Amino acid sequence: MSSTHGSDVATPGDNLLEVDSLFVSFITGAGVAKVLDGVNLTIRAGEILGLVGESGCGKTTLANAILGILAANARHEMGSIRFGGEDLLAMPRSRMEDEVRGRRITFIPQDPYGSFNPLFTVGAQTLEVMKWKSPQRAPGEGRGIAGFFSRYPRARRRTDAEAIGQMLRAVQLPASAAVAGKLPHEFSGGQRQRLMIALALLPQPRLVIADEPTTALDVTIQAQILKLLKQLAKRRGISVLFTTHDLGTAYEICERITVMYAGQEVETAPVDDFFRRPHHPYTVRLLDSLPRPGRQLREVGGEIARLIDAPAGCRFHPRCARATDICRRQRPPVTSLGGGHEVRCYHPIVEAASR
Amino acid sequence: MRAARDIAAKLLRDPSATLGLLIILLLVAVATFAPLIATHPEAVWDMNPRHRLLPPSETYLFGTDRMGADIFSRILFGARITLTIAILAVGAALMIGVPIGLISGWRGNWLGETLMRVSDIFLAVPQIVLAIAISQTLGPSIENVILALSVTYWPWFARLVHAEVRSLKNETFIEAAIALGVPTWRIVLLHVLPNVMSPIIVRTSIGMGFTILTASALGFLGLGAPPPAPEWGRMISESREFLPEAWWSALAPGLAIFLVVMGFNLLGDGLRDVLDPRIRRGNAGR
Amino acid sequence: MSRTPLLEVETLSRYFPVRHMFGWQLGKLRALDGVSFAVRPGETLGIVGESGCGKSTLGKVLVGIHPTSGGRILFEGRDITARSVALRRAVAPKLQYCYQDPGNSLDPRWTVRRSLAEPLVVHTGLSAGDREARIAKILHQVGLPPTHLDLYPHELSGGQQRRVGLARILTLQPRLVVLDEPTSGLDVSVQASVLKLLRELQETFALTYLFISHDLSVVRTMCDRVAVMYAGRIVEMAPTETIFAAAKHPYTLSLLSAIPDIGGRRVTDTFALEGEPPDPMRPPSGCRFRTRCPRAAAVCASTDPPLRHVAPGQSVACVLA
Repeated sequence: MSSTHGSDVATPGDNLLEVDSLFVSFITGAGVAKVLDGVNLTIRAGEILGLVGESGCGKTTLANAILGILAANARHEMGSIRFGGEDLLAMPRSRMEDEVRGRRITFIPQDPYGSFNPLFTVGAQTLEVMKWKSPQRAPGEGRGIAGFFSRYPRARRRTDAEAIGQMLRAVQLPASAAVAGKLPHEFSGGQRQRLMIALALLPQPRLVIADEPTTALDVTIQAQILKLLKQLAKRRGISVLFTTHDLGTAYEICERITVMYAGQEVETAPVDDFFRRPHHPYTVRLLDSLPRPGRQLREVGGEIARLIDAPAGCRFHPRCARATDICRRQRPPVTSLGGGHEVRCYHPIVEAASR
Repeated sequence: MRAARDIAAKLLRDPSATLGLLIILLLVAVATFAPLIATHPEAVWDMNPRHRLLPPSETYLFGTDRMGADIFSRILFGARITLTIAILAVGAALMIGVPIGLISGWRGNWLGETLMRVSDIFLAVPQIVLAIAISQTLGPSIENVILALSVTYWPWFARLVHAEVRSLKNETFIEAAIALGVPTWRIVLLHVLPNVMSPIIVRTSIGMGFTILTASALGFLGLGAPPPAPEWGRMISESREFLPEAWWSALAPGLAIFLVVMGFNLLGDGLRDVLDPRIRRGNAGR
Repeated sequence: MSRTPLLEVETLSRYFPVRHMFGWQLGKLRALDGVSFAVRPGETLGIVGESGCGKSTLGKVLVGIHPTSGGRILFEGRDITARSVALRRAVAPKLQYCYQDPGNSLDPRWTVRRSLAEPLVVHTGLSAGDREARIAKILHQVGLPPTHLDLYPHELSGGQQRRVGLARILTLQPRLVVLDEPTSGLDVSVQASVLKLLRELQETFALTYLFISHDLSVVRTMCDRVAVMYAGRIVEMAPTETIFAAAKHPYTLSLLSAIPDIGGRRVTDTFALEGEPPDPMRPPSGCRFRTRCPRAAAVCASTDPPLRHVAPGQSVACVLA
């Protein structure tokens, strides 16, 4: 079936999404919180990129910025998010809602228990998604007064229903026929995440943003979901932006990893290189504090940087043993260390780490 | 207590709540110092037929009523009656309703259910009808008004406390106190009760306004204090036959009732805004 | 450490009746179904399992938050199963429960000082002066400044709240502390400092820990022995390294294979366990794991394997092990 996605057809390896010097602040009662401080990020077509960071680092805000669902008190001050050649931040809201959000870029949320409306059956909610986000739907179809009568053309309904059936099998939900008539609370957390994956893939997106999708799940269910997501994404050539604070999960599913600290991205590398040879002091300490048998527990030390009166320059400098004057004054530029490994640090750790 | 000072400071930042607070303070001041402020303290109870139904002037700030008494002074003394009724009625309702709510909320079994059904029964009784019945049997007086009001108002407190206690029971810190071996009475009195204080305080303030309104209605109907007590509702009732010419004799007590009730409501709303988000923030600060 | 167990649990059960809306009983939710183990003084015993395995219920039943439905609990040699008020007051100081977030166990309207003093007021006859001294000492031992005594919980950071919650438990100088998921949901860096604090406190106060967690890597660094739970039962129990190197129960092996191993094989390539834990109201006949077990045989449907000794210190509940 032809897709109307035109301009963002990209060959694998090309950049699908480019975040360029993004600055986002939130106006709060306590002051202005500079949540994203000049973030650069690229996601290539067909790759799974991990966005790793602890709470407050800005990864959720970045995901929300890409989807265009920042809170009302957010201010985008500078920077762009280019997707398929267009700047999403400059796109009119109606186009963003109609063509991009939930269609070319879809979302898998963290909490499987809050993502469904408890009053409607899963079948009804899935059909709702297909009504507005099916790949067969023409842009603007069914909207406005003119669209009132052509809201959900019959021709599409059958193909959509087949697609739904296939997708439910693909996410390995038991007896897909029985799924449709059930209410969300009749499903376990793991099953709900499978449903969310199905809903995220049905519109045939180019990019799926998965926001900590396995944090709330048991470890064996997590393993199942990660395996499923990886399989489906690779098979269909879909890019995934996978945010997490769990390095183990990032190791499992991601091909490249970007680490964020307090609104700044500090290191990016292909996954194996990232874990074998981290260069940024924060990354090194983060990896060190993972519990390992027979090793002393090492803390990162200090407190997470506040975003309201954030430190100038490199935001990690108050906790960094290697900080010098320039670190306090100016944010380090990107240094490329070869092999796709980039770091933002004036004094990166270059000797090989213990792992 | 630092917490009380914080609340007061927050409250004062809200203009309508501050207004409500000022009105209430004014009411209390007026009631306390009535003999000193009243222009014609002696005229409250005396009859002075020569000066009857005079319009507002310099000597008689709100005019005089059909007995020739100074309405302004009557209003001031009437404040005492109003305040007394409000405090005693709501106070009694509190004393009955809160312990019942605590017990039924904490226990939750058949005892709790029974108590709540009992409160349902009392809630179903219309206040004014009950008040009429009581005063028919026992005679009209302020005490009977207070009785009728408190007997019909305590279920509000009971249900409020019951609901709050039931949800509080699931709070982690209550469970932790149980695990720590703290005796039940201590938990209920020192942990549960202070944490349900906020809704009780809000309900009390609003209840005062509500009670005053009802008490005035009862006074209007002739129940409550017998004449010549300067009860505001009765004053309105007495002025009926002289309307619309002697408009001041109805307007003054009417305005007084309106102001006081509004004051309590504003204060109650302001308290609710100040007290509730603080609790939520305390527990959900993450 | 001495050999006589501090805590002994014998076929402990806890059932929750599930009722129809009219109050008729539909069935029993078997949260705990015949759990037995012993904890030695000074050791840290880990209880691991996934949601619904009963580990949280176990912790709460041990401290008396929930009553038992069967079995016995022996603490310091004394039967404490039937928790009368007097018994509870005698035992509570020595057997304490620490919530996942100890900061939540504080009354938001009480100052830190008052919260810390409460256990002492309830259980000891100490004078106000003595109480104050003990509180000050405990606060210092958890690494908080004395200025925090007059603050309210919401005025402290999450980490500080956690320390106060822990301090409150320690005012009574307990012997055994049940830690319920102490590191769940924490960022990795915070996790490290919490574990470090727990270790220090264990040394300072000579504590015995029952460490309930779903995170095996944390359990590996903190615990001397580990008990793996599934569907209300213990399926395997052994010293920590034995579990990680030579586990015998198929569920334990699946659980271990689900843990990401940074730098090693990828779970997403090798993981094979399908399905979900059974409905706690209708567990499968025989062995509860048989519906998902890669090694299930005919005999597994008819026998409910007990926990039996298979190697020094190692017990497994599997007929095929």
